Amino acid sequence: MEIIKIIGTDDTPNVILDADNEIFEISGRSLPEDVAAFYEPILDWLDDYADEAKPKTVFDFKLVYFNTASSKLILDILLKLEEMYEAGKDVLVRWHFPDDDEDMEEAGEEYADIVEVPFEQVSYPLD
Amino acid sequence: MDDKKVDIKDLLAFAYSFYKTVKEFKICLVYEGEVTHQIIKAFTSLTETNMDIDEESTSTQKKVFHVMVESLQNISKHANYLPTENQRKEGKGVFMLSKNDEAYCITSGNIVNNAKVQEIKSLLIKINNLDKDGLKSLYKQQIREGRITLKGGAGLGFIDIAKKTGNKLNFNFLSINDKYSFFVLNSKISRNLNTN
Repeated sequence: MEIIKIIGTDDTPNVILDADNEIFEISGRSLPEDVAAFYEPILDWLDDYADEAKPKTVFDFKLVYFNTASSKLILDILLKLEEMYEAGKDVLVRWHFPDDDEDMEEAGEEYADIVEVPFEQVSYPLD
Repeated sequence: MDDKKVDIKDLLAFAYSFYKTVKEFKICLVYEGEVTHQIIKAFTSLTETNMDIDEESTSTQKKVFHVMVESLQNISKHANYLPTENQRKEGKGVFMLSKNDEAYCITSGNIVNNAKVQEIKSLLIKINNLDKDGLKSLYKQQIREGRITLKGGAGLGFIDIAKKTGNKLNFNFLSINDKYSFFVLNSKISRNLNTN
C-alpha cells in the first residue's frame, strides 16, 4: 500500500499512514484552511486499508490543538476505525494528550463515548 | 459610506479618540475587514507571542487560541454583506481582543440577515442555559449529526467557545435596517493565575 506522509505546519498536522511498518499517526495542530480537502486523502486511504488491514492496527492521535471543523473530520477517521473493529479487525486508538491539558483529555473522553472502538488515553509530559 | 469628502481635521481627531478608546477598553488587538485564513494565522500567532511575553499559563493560552480561531472563523464563514458592499470571498467583520487583570475578552461582530437572527439567538440562549454536562451532550450530539458545510463549518463553534471558557456568551443584535442586523458576540476567558 502507498504510504501517506504529510509534514505538519502551524495549521496542518503531521500525518503518517504506513501499513507495512504499522505506523498510523496524526499529530500536531489542525486548523487547515480547507478541512474537507485536507482530510479527504486520509479517509480514502483508510477505506483502502480496511480491506487489507494488518492483524492489529494501533492508531495514534497526538494533537496539541484542533479546531471544531477538524473535530468533525477526526470523528470521521474514528468512525472508519470503528467500522474496521466491527468487521472483526483488532483496532486500538491511542489518544495522547499533554498531562496539563484537561481540554485535550476531555476531547479524548468525548470521542471514546461516541465511537465503539478500544480507546486508550495516554498522557505525556510537556517539556 | 457615500463619497462625501472626509474632513481631514475630523480624521485626525478620530485617530486620537480611537487611541483613547482603545486604551480605555484595554484592547490589545482590533480589526475591521475581511477575515481570511492568513489573517486568522497572523492574529493568533501575534497573540501567542504576546501571551508568552506576559508569561500567561499554558491553559489560558490554549483557551484564548481556541476562542480566537472559532470567533474569527465565524466571521469568515457566516458574515453577510450589505447589498451596497463589494462582496469578497471571505466574510468581513470586527474583531477585538482585550485584557484586564482577571480575563481576556474576545469580541466579534458581523452583519447577518434578519432571517437568521432568531435561529442564532435561540442557539445562544440554549447554550447559555446549559451546564458543563449539558454542553458536553450537545457537543456530542452536534458532532455526530452535523455535517461539514460547503464553507467548512461544523456548527460547533459557539458550543465549543462556551465549553472552553466555562463562561456565558454575551451577545446582541443591533438593527441595521429591515433586512440586516449587526451581530455582536463576546466571550470571556478567565486568566488562570497559577504559575507553571
